[in-house]
Amino acid sequence: MAAQVELFLQTLISGFLLGGLYALIGLGMALIMGVMRIINLAHGDLMMVAMYVAYWLFTLFHIDPYLSVFVATPLLFFLGVGLQKFLINPVMKVESILPHNQVILTVGIGMVLTNLATVFFTSNYRSTPVSYASKAWYLTDYWKEAPIELSLSAPWSLSFLMAVIFTIALWFFLTKTDTGKSIRATAQDIDAAMLMGVNVGRMRVATFGIGAALVGGAGCLFIPIYYLYPTLGKQFTNIGFVITVLGGMGSTEGAIIGGLILGIFESMTATYLGMGWAPVGRFMIFVAALIFLPGGVASLLRKKRLGK
Amino acid sequence: MKRFLPLIILAILFILPLVGLSSYIMHILILVTMWSIIGMAWNLLGGYCGQVSFGHAAFFGMGAYTAGLLYYHLGLSAWWGLLVCIPVLGVFSLVIGFICLRLRGPYFALATLALGEVLRVTAENLVKFTQGDLGILIKQRTWVEKTWYFYVILLLAAGSFFLIKKVIESKLGYYFVAIREDQDAANSLGINTTLYKTIALCLSGVLTGVAGAFYMNYMGYIDPTTVFPLYDISIVTVMVVMVGGVATYWGPVIGALIMVFLAEVIRSVPKIGAAHQTLFGILLIFIIIFLPNGIVGDFRKMVGLFKPRGALK
Repeated sequence: MAAQVELFLQTLISGFLLGGLYALIGLGMALIMGVMRIINLAHGDLMMVAMYVAYWLFTLFHIDPYLSVFVATPLLFFLGVGLQKFLINPVMKVESILPHNQVILTVGIGMVLTNLATVFFTSNYRSTPVSYASKAWYLTDYWKEAPIELSLSAPWSLSFLMAVIFTIALWFFLTKTDTGKSIRATAQDIDAAMLMGVNVGRMRVATFGIGAALVGGAGCLFIPIYYLYPTLGKQFTNIGFVITVLGGMGSTEGAIIGGLILGIFESMTATYLGMGWAPVGRFMIFVAALIFLPGGVASLLRKKRLGK
Repeated sequence: MKRFLPLIILAILFILPLVGLSSYIMHILILVTMWSIIGMAWNLLGGYCGQVSFGHAAFFGMGAYTAGLLYYHLGLSAWWGLLVCIPVLGVFSLVIGFICLRLRGPYFALATLALGEVLRVTAENLVKFTQGDLGILIKQRTWVEKTWYFYVILLLAAGSFFLIKKVIESKLGYYFVAIREDQDAANSLGINTTLYKTIALCLSGVLTGVAGAFYMNYMGYIDPTTVFPLYDISIVTVMVVMVGGVATYWGPVIGALIMVFLAEVIRSVPKIGAAHQTLFGILLIFIIIFLPNGIVGDFRKMVGLFKPRGALK
């Protein structure tokens, strides 16, 4: 019995830590979704790019992956800005039959990034063997008579902590600064924002940049605890949009909660069903959200607020 | 003349194998025909009804696995898959449509995107049922010669072409286009949008599944990564239609021709072969920016680009 409880609690802890990182991926996607009304299907591939940046910084210059956050995040910001400015913005002006052209465009971008990574870096699995990779804190070290044994992995906790810092910084940016407020205004009502003198075009560019930067940060936080290969982006794009749907299209609070739910759920499937079934579990959550909660977590939050 | 064009092309294609083409060229012709079926199926749903799917590999692979599993478990000829996959894919599409098509926006695109991935993982993990990564092998293919395969797929393609033409020219087709143009307006005119979107999805899914079942028979071997990949099937399907022409009868055929030939050419160049997805991606980006309605849809515009400036006036 104790072993069962131990397993459950341990799964819960690792799911929560994973969820914090997922939330960061989902946040970037939700932000882009909110402002531009498109799903960025190159999101995971941008993360892959950031992970390669962190990997090469570690391998060539022995820079700790947590420090390369400060290199990869700005780099990804400019990559995102460039993509939005030179590829996605022109497509917004083109007249076409299909309304989803921009989404298809992001698929094309992702395809190019993945394939280029395969050509240049081969499809080998890579990782950054940091010295603290297997360091962990154990419950019994602090509480001798504890009936169960739980552990907290150091790199996982550090990544989670950094993700929380990123999220707080984003919250501060969105609520306290002028640019942040303009971005939120654009997401709420694009015409009203334009009438209030918000430069909507620039906000779009900035949003895509910030979304890319966030996922770039997430990539750096993931690399010490995960491994890296060129096609990894696809999986994280899936995770990102499941979170976006679960959280409610374009809602940032929803994305955080959605990320935590998905992280815990995925940990549970991995423990009780097997690692290979994680994508199926993800899809189940997606379908369940579509059927039972089409507005996502955000609609629940809104209902509660209105009820007051 | 224009009315008989499909029949004339069909007749030419029927005579083509009699000229004595090499087995490689026949292989390419078969692939082109198969891809035009998938493209036409996607076009019905994406081009006419406006519901973009990023997961046609799911339907394709499902069709292929239906044929393969019939052979593997029941010992029937895999050709029965062509018939059996019609109800299987129909029900499957109904379920997917029921879940995802009630909502608007990108939900459907997202659901289909995940669908291919989920089916791949399921096929990999249900080892007892699908043999997992080992795949399914047909021990003896029906014909050694490629000619008969070509006739089978040509008949299927001709059937799909005329079916889709009939559907688009009927009331149903007008409903589809109305939904694509403005769902609210369509709804207010009394069109049951969910129902008609689901019909489009079923037709599209079944046709793609038939192409998948043919693929099983033709190739004789499938495994989860060859029939459920995102880029090599789902996205290539989108590209076939985007390159050829969205919401045109001939677009998918032209698109399939270009894409298959392009893939063969790129793969045969030694150094560039590995980067074929990069080139496809760049082509996709180029098409979306400059020819958003594809070669058939933007034919006039394209001709205008190549004419000298003075000739435009």
